Amino acid sequence: MTALLVVAGAVIGAPLRYLTDRAVQSRHGGPFPWGTFLVNLAGCLVLGALAGAGAALPASLYALLGTGFCGALTTYSTFSFETLRLAEQKAWFYAVLNVVVSVAAGLGAAFVGFATVQAFVAV
Amino acid sequence: MSGDPGAGTTTRRSQLPVVAAVAAGGGLGALARYALIHVWPATPGHFPWATFVTNVLGCLLIGVLMVLITEVRVAHRLVRPFLGVGVLGGFTTFSTYTVEFHGLLTPGSVGVAFAYLGGTLVAAMLAVLAGAALTRRLAR
Repeated sequence: MTALLVVAGAVIGAPLRYLTDRAVQSRHGGPFPWGTFLVNLAGCLVLGALAGAGAALPASLYALLGTGFCGALTTYSTFSFETLRLAEQKAWFYAVLNVVVSVAAGLGAAFVGFATVQAFVAV
Repeated sequence: MSGDPGAGTTTRRSQLPVVAAVAAGGGLGALARYALIHVWPATPGHFPWATFVTNVLGCLLIGVLMVLITEVRVAHRLVRPFLGVGVLGGFTTFSTYTVEFHGLLTPGSVGVAFAYLGGTLVAAMLAVLAGAALTRRLAR
């Protein structure tokens, strides 16, 4: 049952990542992979918020929205591949920028999501 | 970047199989990730090995796949959406990585948190590089 919820969330999350990436990349033609950056940022914010709810969030909802939706919305493989491609094109600055900014912003978003929801749940 | 001028409806219609392939692949990839964390659950305060292995393996495989379908042979147009964007994108996760790091930032496991943060990053970058380089060498 839980596995089905994970799949259901992922079936929405993965195409949402693809469509967001396409929409973003068609507007920003530069070397920086804004599309992947944005979906990873959004996914970290939402998963941080879900984790911040703690036991107040039913396990089934965490499976659907967290493991399924956020897990599939965000990606490590595309992030690493786009970084490799930038490095292979000798765009070292953008390659390093992508790693630093993605990790820092992703962590920031997860922390903000967690702290915000935790504050509400604690009230 | 996409470069299909004046092909609005046609493009939208031909996008449907691509989006479906991404969704199907994403579901499969996430299911594989779930199976791994199910048999190998993370214990609070300890290194999240299941997510680490998931992300590093996914990065190795995207390196292999992208070289295969862009340099070695011509692939069907749904191969990259299904396997790359879908299966591997759904298998690997960035959100769990950052949230697990946050969860490890408690007295006693701060070292594990930073080992996980840096360890995943280094291993993932080496994996995608190794996947691409080995596939290029073997295909030659």
